[in-house]
Amino acid sequence: MVNIIWVMMALIGIVFAAVNGTMDEVNAAIFKGAKEAVTISIGMISILVFWLGLMKIAEEAGLLKALGTLAKPIVKRLFPEVPPNHPAMGYIVSNMIANMFGLGNAATPMGIKAMEELKKLNGNKDVASRSMVTFLAINTSSITLIPATVISIRMTYGSAAPGEIIGTTLVASALGTIGAVFIDRYYYWKRSRRGGR
Amino acid sequence: MNFVQLVSIWLIPVTIGLILLYGTFKKVPTYEAFVEGGKEGIEIAFSVIPYLVGMLVSISIFRASGALDYFMNFLEPAIHLIGIPAEVVPLAMIRTISGNAALGMTTDLIATYGPDSFIGRLASTIQGSTETTLYVLTVYFGAVGIKKMGDALKVGILADILSFILSFLVVLLVFGR
Repeated sequence: MVNIIWVMMALIGIVFAAVNGTMDEVNAAIFKGAKEAVTISIGMISILVFWLGLMKIAEEAGLLKALGTLAKPIVKRLFPEVPPNHPAMGYIVSNMIANMFGLGNAATPMGIKAMEELKKLNGNKDVASRSMVTFLAINTSSITLIPATVISIRMTYGSAAPGEIIGTTLVASALGTIGAVFIDRYYYWKRSRRGGR
Repeated sequence: MNFVQLVSIWLIPVTIGLILLYGTFKKVPTYEAFVEGGKEGIEIAFSVIPYLVGMLVSISIFRASGALDYFMNFLEPAIHLIGIPAEVVPLAMIRTISGNAALGMTTDLIATYGPDSFIGRLASTIQGSTETTLYVLTVYFGAVGIKKMGDALKVGILADILSFILSFLVVLLVFGR
C-alpha cells in the first residue's frame, strides 16, 4: 500500500504537470523536498540526543518501569502482545503523555524508542506487528490536553478567548482515539479471520 | 488561560528536573547514562533520512504540480453537501500529509476569518486534534527499519477522517454556527 501511494503521488504529479504546464514548479519541488527532508532529519538530532539521553537516565532509575506499571490497567488491554513489565510499555506511556501535553519534539524520540522495543518483541522483523499498528493508530489521533501551538496562534490574531478550543480539542481527540482503536481492532479481526497474524 | 500558558512553559524544565533528581537519588551515573542514551539519537536521525527524502519528494511533486489542489476542488462540493464549510476541507486533507503546510493553512484561516469565528474555531480544533499521519508513519517506521507497514497506513488515514468529522460535530455542538 505504501508503495502504491508513494508511486501514485509522484506519477500523478508528473503527468498533471505535463498537462497543466507546471513542470517548472515540479522540477524545483523535487530538490526542495529532498533538501527539506535532510534538514528535518539533521534538525532532529538535537532533540533526539537530548531526550534519549534523559530517557536513559529515567530508564536506569526505574522511572519508565514505574510509569508502565502505573498505566498498566489501560495499556495492557491496548497492547495484549507486550509483556507488562517490558520497557516498551514505559516508552509507549511516556510518548502518550508527551503527546497529550502537545510536546511533539519530546514525543518523537520516545515513540521511536517504543517502536524499537516493539520490533525486538517481534523478532526484529521488518514487518509492522499488531502492537505497532495499534501504537500508530493511537499516536496519530492522540488525545490532546493542551494544544499549545494553536493557542498561541489564536492569541496572535486577537482571540477573545484563545483557550476556548481546549475543551473541543480534548473531546474530539479523545473520541477520535477511541475510534482509532476500534478501527485498529477491526483490521486486526479481519487479518486474523484470514488466518494471518 | 494564563494557567494553561504557565503549564506549557513550566512542564519541560520541571520534568527534566524531576528525572535528574530521581536519577541522582537512585544513584544512577546520570551524566554517563545521558551520553550513552544520547548517542543513539544520532544514529536514529541518520537512518530516517532516506525514508523522509523519498516521502517528501513524492509529496512535493504532487503538491507543486497542482494535482493536490485539483483533487481538493473535486472533493469540496461533496463535503460541503454534508454541511462542513468548504474552507476547512483543504486543511483536513493536507493535515495527514504535511504538518508545516497544515500549520500554515490553520494560521491563514484564523487570520482570514478571525479566531472566534466558526471556521476559526473549527480550524483550531482540527489542527489540535489530528496528527501528520504520513510523517509519523515515515519517521517512526523509518527510524527502526520497518519496511512493510501492514494496515498501519489504512488505519491511520481512516482515524484522521474520523477525527476531522468529530472535530466538526463537537465544534458545532459546543459553539453553534
